[in-house]
Amino acid sequence: MGADFVQFSLTPILIGTLAAIACALPGNFLILRRQALIGDAISHVVLPGIVVAFLVTGTVAALPMLLGAGAAALLAVVLIEAIRRLGRIEPGAAMGVVFTALFAGGVLLLEQSDTSRVHLDVEHALMGNLETLIWLRATGWDSLIDPVALSHLPVELPRIAVVAALMAALTVIFWRPLKLSTFDEGFARALGLPVSAIGLSLVIAAAVAAVAAFDAVGSIIVIAMFICPPAAARLMTNSLAVQVWWSVAFATLSAVLGYVLAGYGPLWLGFDSAVSAAGMIATVSGVILGLACLFGPHRARVGVAAGG
Amino acid sequence: MEAVLAALTLQAGYNAALVTLGAALLGFAAGTAGTFLFLRKRALVSDAMAHATLPGVGLAFLVMVALGGEGRSLFGLLVGSALSALAGLLLVDGITRRTRLAEDAAIGAVLSVFFGAGVVLLTIIQTLDRGRQAGLESFLLGSTAGMLFEDAVLIAAGGATVVALIWLLRRPMTLVAFDPGYAAATGVDTRRIDLAMMGLVMAVTVIGLKLVGLILIVALLIIPAVTARFWTDRVERVLWTAGGIGAAAGYTGAALSASAPSLPTGPIIVLLAAGLFTGSLLLSPGRGVLAAVLSRRRFQARVHRRQGLLALARSEPIHDPLTLRLLRAEGLIRPDGVATDKGRAQAAKIARDERRWDVAREVHQDTALTGRYDGLTPIEEVFTPDEIAGFDARLGPPHPVGG
Repeated sequence: MGADFVQFSLTPILIGTLAAIACALPGNFLILRRQALIGDAISHVVLPGIVVAFLVTGTVAALPMLLGAGAAALLAVVLIEAIRRLGRIEPGAAMGVVFTALFAGGVLLLEQSDTSRVHLDVEHALMGNLETLIWLRATGWDSLIDPVALSHLPVELPRIAVVAALMAALTVIFWRPLKLSTFDEGFARALGLPVSAIGLSLVIAAAVAAVAAFDAVGSIIVIAMFICPPAAARLMTNSLAVQVWWSVAFATLSAVLGYVLAGYGPLWLGFDSAVSAAGMIATVSGVILGLACLFGPHRARVGVAAGG
Repeated sequence: MEAVLAALTLQAGYNAALVTLGAALLGFAAGTAGTFLFLRKRALVSDAMAHATLPGVGLAFLVMVALGGEGRSLFGLLVGSALSALAGLLLVDGITRRTRLAEDAAIGAVLSVFFGAGVVLLTIIQTLDRGRQAGLESFLLGSTAGMLFEDAVLIAAGGATVVALIWLLRRPMTLVAFDPGYAAATGVDTRRIDLAMMGLVMAVTVIGLKLVGLILIVALLIIPAVTARFWTDRVERVLWTAGGIGAAAGYTGAALSASAPSLPTGPIIVLLAAGLFTGSLLLSPGRGVLAAVLSRRRFQARVHRRQGLLALARSEPIHDPLTLRLLRAEGLIRPDGVATDKGRAQAAKIARDERRWDVAREVHQDTALTGRYDGLTPIEEVFTPDEIAGFDARLGPPHPVGG
């Protein structure tokens, strides 16, 4: 736990944790609204978004990438809704049509364009590069109060921190309308709440979280964190507030444990190289969900005996 | 262009021809298997299964290497992927039935966790000496490069088997898709049929891994079925149309991809299928957007024509521009808005029709008939001449309009 840890592990762990929390917060509501797969769809269409942004601007700067990915996510949501209504197709199939087609378009554009100069490829998009987000200028724990070293933090860290804070703030500010429109849409409408605007804003917030997290950790963690921690939390309690806290705890646990297992686990087992941190974080979150499915106190549907 | 034509006519070399035929068969199998998945409203379960194949591929490779093999046998890798896809499917099923989580959450959880575990295995494999050349990443997006003759035969044989099984099971699967309760009452084991359907989808997924890749195989299962649904309401026709669409996309896509570099097979096939989908969404005669727009405009024109004629009959002025345009185009009014003789005749007819309806709704007891009054349907289409004569007897003789 000395200088090496601060240099090579502290920032990836922080980024992973913040990304996991940023996704888990909107994930709670998506799960309850049966829109869990929106996260899946968004994380697939992020790829064409960043490819188009790259082709338009010619750089891999963060802002155009984020804007492109956000626009693609929004386009996907609009397309899904349009196809669902115009074609009278069930939402799952409409989603499947849209995100696979957009993803295919992204891959094709990527193969057609010259991206060999920059670090932009499909595998990176899927798996992330959490391991490379290290803090080389750090010399030890005291670097945390050294302004020179702090200015060399990986840019992904402040970015994901801002997004995680934004998600937390939005959750707190819009707690009541979100809760009402999630559990009883008719009642919320009767109270005069803009129900469809709330639904769309939630999806946009999820897209923002997905894009920011995707930038740092790849699309697998994004899908896993949208769904696994909130789903596990849902099996722990009947109170929404408690569920959100559980989901944050599970997200943090998955990120920290996953990163440590990926980085140090193979060494303990006698191998000499680490495994994918993003993949391991997703796996740990799955194990947590599995345990919750087996032992969670509120795992059964109301009226059905647990384990029945 | 020549290269494309050569590939489309299977003249671009032996291997390219094999891949093209294999892709067509795979497309056909995926289209038909996906039809039942779509009708059963479980399209995205295939997404979970497809992503769940990745750890299976990795584990199969590791096992084969541990047993002293090369680790690259496609058959072995596909067996591994089928087993882990099955595990994923059972988990989705188990989570949905045993816990209070909804199916979409179960799908998303299985999809991401299996995929994450698969990526962990891939990074382990990359550190092995043999693993560097394994090219397991090609299963993510599919690749036809370096495909062996045995691989193509495996894909073709697998696709043909799936299609044959679907043909055999099409009746019980249709029954279960539309009315599971009735199916169960007639003695069909719905759970087993569902499992068989999922098994077929799994087979398609596994066969398609090499060609299209695990992320995009879902598209080949969903898009042809949704597209075919636009063209017909009959299950058998949807089934074979979907197969045809899948086969066409597979064949053309594989041929295009073989004819030029940097045209990856999977994405091309998916984009072709998506193109067919978009065309159908817009243009299909029954459920298409264009057809809906046209029928809406026809309806609008009928309403405006009738309301315009009624206004003429009552000698009321018409202000609505669309009504004026329609009546002028038919020669029912002059450019200055005054009714022509033909217009007065039509107006009298419509006005009489309206009065006949009033009487009909007053005296006639059968609400199933009078309920068909919508302000548009001529009364002759609903009542017999005798009945109309009866209404006329109450109305008195016709009188001219706007005289």
